[in-house]
Amino acid sequence: MGERGRLAEGLRAYWLIAGMWVRSAMTYRTSFVVTMCGNGLMTAMDFVAILLMYAQIDSLGGWTLPEVAFLYGLSATSFGIADLVLGSMDVLGARIRDGSFDTLLVRPAPVLAQIGADRFAVRRLGRITQGGAVLGWALAAVDIDWTLPKVLLVPVMVVSGAAIFCSLFVAGAAFQILAQDASEVQNAFTYGGTTLLQYPPTVFGKDLVRGVTFMLPLAFVNWVPASYVLGRPYPLDLPEWAAFAPPLVAVACCAAAGLAWRAGLGAYRSTGS
Amino acid sequence: MDAFIQLDRVEKVFEVRKKAGFLKRERRQVRAVDSISFTVARGEMVGYIGPNGAGKSTTIKMLTGILTPSAGRLRVAGIDPSRERTRLAHRIGVVFGQRTTLWWDLPLIDSYKLMHRMYRIPDARYRDNLDRCVELLELGGLLDVPVRQLSLGQRMRGDIAAALLHEPEVLYLDEPTIGLDVISKAKVRGFLRELNDERGTTVLLTTHDLQDIEQLCSRVMVIDHGRLMYDGALAGLHEVGESERTLVVDLERELPPIDAAPAWVVRVEGPRQWLAFPAAESAAPLVARIAAEYPLVDLSVREPDIEAVIAKMYAGSAPGQAEKAVS
Repeated sequence: MGERGRLAEGLRAYWLIAGMWVRSAMTYRTSFVVTMCGNGLMTAMDFVAILLMYAQIDSLGGWTLPEVAFLYGLSATSFGIADLVLGSMDVLGARIRDGSFDTLLVRPAPVLAQIGADRFAVRRLGRITQGGAVLGWALAAVDIDWTLPKVLLVPVMVVSGAAIFCSLFVAGAAFQILAQDASEVQNAFTYGGTTLLQYPPTVFGKDLVRGVTFMLPLAFVNWVPASYVLGRPYPLDLPEWAAFAPPLVAVACCAAAGLAWRAGLGAYRSTGS
Repeated sequence: MDAFIQLDRVEKVFEVRKKAGFLKRERRQVRAVDSISFTVARGEMVGYIGPNGAGKSTTIKMLTGILTPSAGRLRVAGIDPSRERTRLAHRIGVVFGQRTTLWWDLPLIDSYKLMHRMYRIPDARYRDNLDRCVELLELGGLLDVPVRQLSLGQRMRGDIAAALLHEPEVLYLDEPTIGLDVISKAKVRGFLRELNDERGTTVLLTTHDLQDIEQLCSRVMVIDHGRLMYDGALAGLHEVGESERTLVVDLERELPPIDAAPAWVVRVEGPRQWLAFPAAESAAPLVARIAAEYPLVDLSVREPDIEAVIAKMYAGSAPGQAEKAVS
């Protein structure tokens, strides 16, 4: 089976498993609506914290509230999509510990798709909705001259950002195969990453910004392209085209995560623990 | 003979890291499976037994493609499991006694519906197979119950059904009766026997419960420390283990110990006497002699306790002997 065949098989298995969880969630409609609203409200509190901060100050690191809302909306929406698609991967270490990971390996479907779709929870749409709402408000509130590249860049950023976060989830899962109690390490990068990106790069130290630009390229989720859209100087002295790099960065991240996953799975199958 | 499962000097070596102080780790190699070779023909029902940590589960994991062997050649239905795991998955069924392959929080039927689609089982065949399993494994009232609410025996039956919906050619069961009550065990065994008889499904099961083997398997393989100690009929195990059978003789009255070589008296209790004799010997001439020479009321032959036989075998398991035992 070629790579394309494996991908198709993976997507099919993902669709089947996620579908099963969605149907199951729909049998308890009230509970579903309540948890989804709760999820949205919880994440909304997140943004309320930023609003409260701006009640006291006019700008943060030189960025106005709509500009920060733009960063926040992009980061939250991208992360929300990744969390919806692969949010269950942080339980991988636990599944290896209790042995249930083995049961995935005897089914005729790629393991990544099976573990990614496990416990697929539509309630996570709450986070995307909230992020999208903030992004929508920010787009209306920021004072910029919209050009075609800027308009096109916004959806590209959301999709690329989601792919970058997805690759972070997968790489984290691969790491959990080697260190099975590392789900908190993974959370530090995923949840930590999205929180970091909700603030302007100017409030952080140069070394941290360099780290999330070149090492773990989270800066391409929003900081770099958002700076272009808002007409602000880039966080580092990057060339202007860097704003259009997110799709390439996303592809590179996915490829790297795929290799990490394959290596992790290979290690599991040779050590069994 | 159609060798459906083939192992040729298969090995699995794990590297175990042990803490040997702060940040310092000691590396040690553990040979979980040490050069095991055997073949299983299509339609055979084989018991795979051994103490904890003997390498049983590791072997099953290599046969299913979960683990990659460190050395040797392994084929199931002509497929190399570690290379073509997903292709093999369509042809094998796996039941892990201690964990479920079902979706824990969902009703049993949801897991089956998903298997139906995931294994691409044609609708009619899925219906037939499901109906059959529901009937024989008595799952009728359980299909809408979330898996986590099932008892261990019910869950096990549910798991067996899940492993069979796609009509696998071989079924691996890792401790299928562990923790089950007597009735559940009987149901599971009855079902497996029928599956093997009617469908000709090859069955390989690991177990601690020797009754599983006695009631199901014509062939047994004993593994210890990763090595195959015995491969053959269950009856032959007694000879290898140099076990003894017991003749319980009820006489008309109390008498001095019976003298009937090669048997010897091990216990006397009033008119009842217990005589031991090598399991390889026939009981018939012995019984005839005692009946002729003593006033006999009743008599019975007790087979050796197979657990004792195996324990004896493990105790004397020098590698040299092991080679002799493998036929």
